[in-house]
Amino acid sequence: MRKPRVATVSLAGCFGCHMAFLDMDERLVTLMERVEFDRSPLTDIKTFRSRCEIGIIEGGACNEENVHTLIEFRKNCDVLIALGQCAIMGGLPAMRNAIMHSDDPLRECMEEAYLTGPYLRNLTRHVPNDPALPLILDKVYPCSDIVDIDIQIPGCAPSGDIIFDTLTALLDGTFTGFDRQHLRFD
Amino acid sequence: MSDSAPALATSTPQSVRTICAKFGNTPHRLLDILLAVRQEQGWISPQSMELVATATGLTRIVVEGVASFYSFLPLTPKGRVTIRLCDDIVDRFAGLEAVRAAFEAELGITVGGTTPDGAVSLELTPCIGMCDQAPAAMVGDLVAVRLTPDRAREIARALQAGRSPAEVLVADHDCLSPLERVKAQVQDNIRLAGQVLLGEVPLDAGITSAQGMEPTAIIDAVEASGLRGCGGAGFTTGRKWRFAAGAADPHRVVICNADEGEPGTFKDRALLTNRADLVVEGMAICARAIGGREGILYLRGEYVYLRDHLLSVLEAARSRGVLGVGFDIRLQLGAGAYICGEEGALISSCEGLPGEPKTRPPFPVTRGYLGHPTVVNNVETFAHVARILDRGADWFRAMGTEKSHGTKLFSISGDCAWPGVYELPWGLSLRELLALVGGEDAAAVQVGGPSGTMVGRDSFDRRLAYEDLATGGAVIVFSPRRNVLEIVDYYMSFFVHESCGYCTPCRVGNVFLKKAVEKFRKGQADEGDIQYLRDLSATIIETSRCGLGMTSPNPVLTSLDNLPLVWAAVTKPRKDGIKATFDIQSAIDGGRRLAQRRSMIFDRDFSE
Repeated sequence: MRKPRVATVSLAGCFGCHMAFLDMDERLVTLMERVEFDRSPLTDIKTFRSRCEIGIIEGGACNEENVHTLIEFRKNCDVLIALGQCAIMGGLPAMRNAIMHSDDPLRECMEEAYLTGPYLRNLTRHVPNDPALPLILDKVYPCSDIVDIDIQIPGCAPSGDIIFDTLTALLDGTFTGFDRQHLRFD
Repeated sequence: MSDSAPALATSTPQSVRTICAKFGNTPHRLLDILLAVRQEQGWISPQSMELVATATGLTRIVVEGVASFYSFLPLTPKGRVTIRLCDDIVDRFAGLEAVRAAFEAELGITVGGTTPDGAVSLELTPCIGMCDQAPAAMVGDLVAVRLTPDRAREIARALQAGRSPAEVLVADHDCLSPLERVKAQVQDNIRLAGQVLLGEVPLDAGITSAQGMEPTAIIDAVEASGLRGCGGAGFTTGRKWRFAAGAADPHRVVICNADEGEPGTFKDRALLTNRADLVVEGMAICARAIGGREGILYLRGEYVYLRDHLLSVLEAARSRGVLGVGFDIRLQLGAGAYICGEEGALISSCEGLPGEPKTRPPFPVTRGYLGHPTVVNNVETFAHVARILDRGADWFRAMGTEKSHGTKLFSISGDCAWPGVYELPWGLSLRELLALVGGEDAAAVQVGGPSGTMVGRDSFDRRLAYEDLATGGAVIVFSPRRNVLEIVDYYMSFFVHESCGYCTPCRVGNVFLKKAVEKFRKGQADEGDIQYLRDLSATIIETSRCGLGMTSPNPVLTSLDNLPLVWAAVTKPRKDGIKATFDIQSAIDGGRRLAQRRSMIFDRDFSE
């Protein structure tokens, strides 16, 4: 029988949620017995091989390539999971959305990041603008602003437990929500 | 009060100190002080705030907190006369846009601006209580109704030529009595006088009979009449009085809520113009019943044109002995805040605070104005009380329905032949009412203003009574030509504007709700958004602190329930799971400009 397929990706995130994925430790083996990984940084596969049952998104969308990838995931996955706070709300990268009382917030953001910030060492004195770089969006969007998200797993980063439990319950067809103790973050 | 345009005086410390002294340098008269400063100087300058703070012993930030709360207390210099165009949905449908354009063209400014010569400022304001004679505007402290572009140009020219609003709007202003001036500005539009309030009413009959009764007997009579508060909430008046009468503190306060801010409501305008005696009488009766020592008539800032008339009515009541012996009434003017119609916010406003609601309990009947037991009743409620004491509880109770006794004033506006004020017994069906007002072709009716219920044609047999459609009296008729979602959208923008900002569900939730409505209007909504509207509405209703947030989702919820097809018509199912509201082109536009190149992904004709 064909195993259910899982795809993952990190958009505007820190890869912390993918690290958290590895935090399920030896249960990864249990999971691997039940699923096949498709496109994912874990497999280094860059494009979808086939339709996937589950897609997992880390991070929000800060540039056009993120949007493109997110839409690809929506088109190719049955269940789409936003994993962690950046995917759900925009998270830390969305701090730049707070630059709003400016005539040109995007320029102000880039200049502070690459030219004028007090903790910089940028010898080129340029804002990077290689043609291969995707265009930056006007602000950081949570995934649910762009596509329908089926499940949001909260946390920064979510624990290995909540990720494993959620995936297992989904595969068993028994997912109804999160255990309250998994939603405590102190 | 002078109706003439106040000259833009420079802030002299002495003049501000004089104003503060006139109000005893009392912090809880802060609103009056600031209104007087505005009257004299046209705005509330930083120096004025410092001076007021010093005189009243408050901190500067407290003074600024109050000044910045109220729309009619500008913190930047304004023209000698401010024209406030009434931006209600009824006015919009009645041709506000053309009037606004005429004012803007003639004055050479846009809304929000002031003419370079400092003569006129032009602003928009929510409903000023003239929906039956829209489009309307406040011109300084006066009111202009049934505006046309021609009339707008005429007014603008005259004001710019230095004439005062009184000269422009009221012929022979100086020769008229205060009541005549009121009537020269605004039509009564009383279309149907019932037997309780608007018919023939003897002077002081109610208070005379009350003076021969024990206080408890008065409360018994009011309770036996079945009278319920006419402001909209419908709390049993007698019970409210009994609570206050039983409070420990002997200093009790009677407040009349004349902050008639619900868009589409103007019945109190008719009462305050034609039956102000009755209202004062009702307050005096209440004072006798509960042992009230202090009375406040809280008049909404938009009704400032009634002030002189009401002051003369109060003076006349004093000379007849109705007031002045152990109980007197002061007139407190509001300053353009809808929320002050909520009794807690109204009390805050009378105390010189920002008009923010108070946490309940304690209820005002136990701890209200300055901590004293306080009865707050609507204008119409007090007027009814005076009549009940005159004619007896049984007479009143016999009218209306089983749970709604007596008559009710209805403010009818919108798409009907005869808008105005109607006094009708409770229990009429909407269909009967529409036939009466010439609005038979209505497609939707907003009962009770934005915070009330929107009803569609299939529910016109519903009855106006507490048993079915409870209302403070506003009935706005919308013909089939009107876009229901535009109306809902407008009402949400009204609540966004009028939320006092104290609690998050109301301050933020209403913004989200309005955005969700806009999504429907743009055709970007799907079935999930209907659920979102309902969920968000439920959250706002459940978690808001006062009645504003508890009713603000009503335009959305009641139209969803009663006019579901309107919403369904603009709801599109989506298959691909991609949000219609997300627009990649506008999202990358700034990035394209900054990088000075096109998108490799989303610009289809991209080539190196």
